[in-house]
Amino acid sequence: MGRVVLVTGAAGDLGRRFARRLAEHSDIDRVIGVDVTPPRLGTGGMQFIRADIRNPVIAKVIVREHVDTVVHTAVAAMGPGGTRPGQMKELNVIGTMQLLAACQQAPDLRRLVVRSSTSVYGASNRNPSMFTEEMTAKRLPAHGFPKDVAEVESYVRGFARRRPDVHVTTLRMANLMGPLINSTLTSYFKLPVIPTVLGFDPRMQFVHEHDAHGALERATLADVPGTFNIAGDGLMVLSQAVRRLGKPTAPMPAFALGALGSAFRRAQLAGLYAEQVPLLTFGRGVDTTQMRAVLGYEPVYTTAEAFAEFAAAQRPGPLRAERVRAVESAMLEAIGGSASRETAISGAQR
Amino acid sequence: MSAEGAAGNEPGQSENVIPIGTRGRPGRGTNNAKPSASARMLAPGGPTGARSGARSAPRTGTQPSAQPDAGAQARPEADTSPTPVPIARVHAEPRTGIPVGDWLSGALAGAREVFGEQWEPRLAEYLAFLRRRITGDYTVDDYGFDAEITERFLLSALRPVKEKWFRIEVRGAENIPAEGGALVVSNHSGTIPVDGLMTMASIHDTTGRFLRPLGADLVFSLPVISELARRSGATLACNEDAERMLRGGELVGVWPEGFKGIGKPYSERYKLQRFGRGGFVSAAIRTGVPIIPVSVVGAEEIYPLVGNIPALARLLGVPYIPITPFFPLLGPLGLVPLPSKWIIEFGEPVRTDDYDEAAADDPMLVFNLTDQVREAIQHKLYSLLIDRGPVFSA
Repeated sequence: MGRVVLVTGAAGDLGRRFARRLAEHSDIDRVIGVDVTPPRLGTGGMQFIRADIRNPVIAKVIVREHVDTVVHTAVAAMGPGGTRPGQMKELNVIGTMQLLAACQQAPDLRRLVVRSSTSVYGASNRNPSMFTEEMTAKRLPAHGFPKDVAEVESYVRGFARRRPDVHVTTLRMANLMGPLINSTLTSYFKLPVIPTVLGFDPRMQFVHEHDAHGALERATLADVPGTFNIAGDGLMVLSQAVRRLGKPTAPMPAFALGALGSAFRRAQLAGLYAEQVPLLTFGRGVDTTQMRAVLGYEPVYTTAEAFAEFAAAQRPGPLRAERVRAVESAMLEAIGGSASRETAISGAQR
Repeated sequence: MSAEGAAGNEPGQSENVIPIGTRGRPGRGTNNAKPSASARMLAPGGPTGARSGARSAPRTGTQPSAQPDAGAQARPEADTSPTPVPIARVHAEPRTGIPVGDWLSGALAGAREVFGEQWEPRLAEYLAFLRRRITGDYTVDDYGFDAEITERFLLSALRPVKEKWFRIEVRGAENIPAEGGALVVSNHSGTIPVDGLMTMASIHDTTGRFLRPLGADLVFSLPVISELARRSGATLACNEDAERMLRGGELVGVWPEGFKGIGKPYSERYKLQRFGRGGFVSAAIRTGVPIIPVSVVGAEEIYPLVGNIPALARLLGVPYIPITPFFPLLGPLGLVPLPSKWIIEFGEPVRTDDYDEAAADDPMLVFNLTDQVREAIQHKLYSLLIDRGPVFSA
């Protein structure tokens, strides 16, 4: 029996590639992509409907097209092209509410897959080093995208209670990383000089875009309700990541970084967002045992490999590895030369 | 006064011998770029110049003058510079003064001094280490622990303090398991958690294992301290992290007295405070690892806490503002810990693998076990105090 999948956020980085990839899958009959703007790089095998998920038309689409699976990938910290934070909240929270309202009326719906984020765990000095799915943030995020995600998840839980016949899978994704990803964090790493919080070196965890697609696909095709952390193996610290990019850092106190983030926003510059400051101070790690054991997805890229893929696509910074290596070998050569000469010197002095 | 200094030069000295402390120039110790004319006159070699004499000496000595490596090292402008002597940039010599050969042999002697006879491979290794650091080519574990930095810098910096300053005597190191998870429970004292650092260093020096300390959330909110703590293997003292680390087979260190222990007045020294709420015991029971009670004698005296400013502490959000006999009276000098004699004894492990996991939720059992560990540490403290004798004994 063929399946009909509706993908929201189909113009976004993640949603578009995922929808196109899914459309090529033999088990899937049709993929309907929904977004407010058409995808710039073509729709591939998916059928695209230009609609806002906050619009009641989405309910009609779901019913009329006999959609059995809704994959909600529209939850994102950064929208396509210069969306303001206020708008993002509207899209994330209100959009999810409306979409779930539409889903509740859909008789054919069997599965709901929601792309969430590990931001829901917040970032603070009271957090355990690795979050498992049943843990909650020790200090609930008070504003910004982390709070949006927490609200989105609470609506999804409410939906799961009201429609027990629909299997709900929530994927909490670590920060996406890869050559094609355009997110708040990748734009941060694209800055020529990376501002950091003085005296803190947060732990970071990334998931490669390939693995994000893979996990979404796995959740769509297999029937595994539940909440799962999706992240690459291992962690990096921020300073390590920046050094792998070969870029200099500009450490500053946390309040200055927050002020700089606000200034960036006023100047409409991408790269630094005040709401990222807790993450850039305390960092975060998530445990992915459930992803392997229950969801059955094995990530292809580790955190370090995902970052290496991203770094390879960037213009290397002034402290790039080859230069450092060249300096090192030059110094070694000098030492080797001087060692052999040393005997000559001492001989001459004697 | 250069004239006075130069008067000390023996006129009969060989031109090749450069008097110590003059940077190879006539005159002594004034650091003037240009010594006075009279000083130049007095210098060996006469007015024609000790400088040229000193310069030319190594040039003949280090022939051939066009050293191959110096070519690689020298910046391009070195070729156009009026000085014909190639300068090896590694050592960043000043352009005037002591000849290159002397610098070079001095640097080599220094390298031999620092790195030993095998200095060449070791220096190369050190450079490789630097390169890995600069390019971020290293790994950290799930908690942000950086074993390389901890071993190379933190622990080697602590070693002289441990051995020379506190003269730490370690007893019962055989009680630390060579592998597998174990929970090291220790008394806490000393105003600043120096005892934790010393326990880490002692365990690493005796068994080669890294102690993974559990720290209060305050530690992870302080700049620099938080970074250092994570790098050296610490994580937040919470059940999730403790159990995760113990399951991962780590040697976890916990100081259940917390700030109550470390910030207690000197008059209450060696009196154990309440042992938290017994969370460490339930973590050990859940993971079935042994509890190793540790008694540290000596840390109480390093910063005798005689006063506190509770109002200021509340204002700053810290548990206490320490006042010791020397701090803040002597300013930064008051931060130097008193050189008390330390004894660290690792007691017999308390096994928890006989209990099943449900026992961790039995409060009575957890309290009893907590008490047992606490009593063991307290008794050992008393006997160690007698053993140690005077506070500052050798």
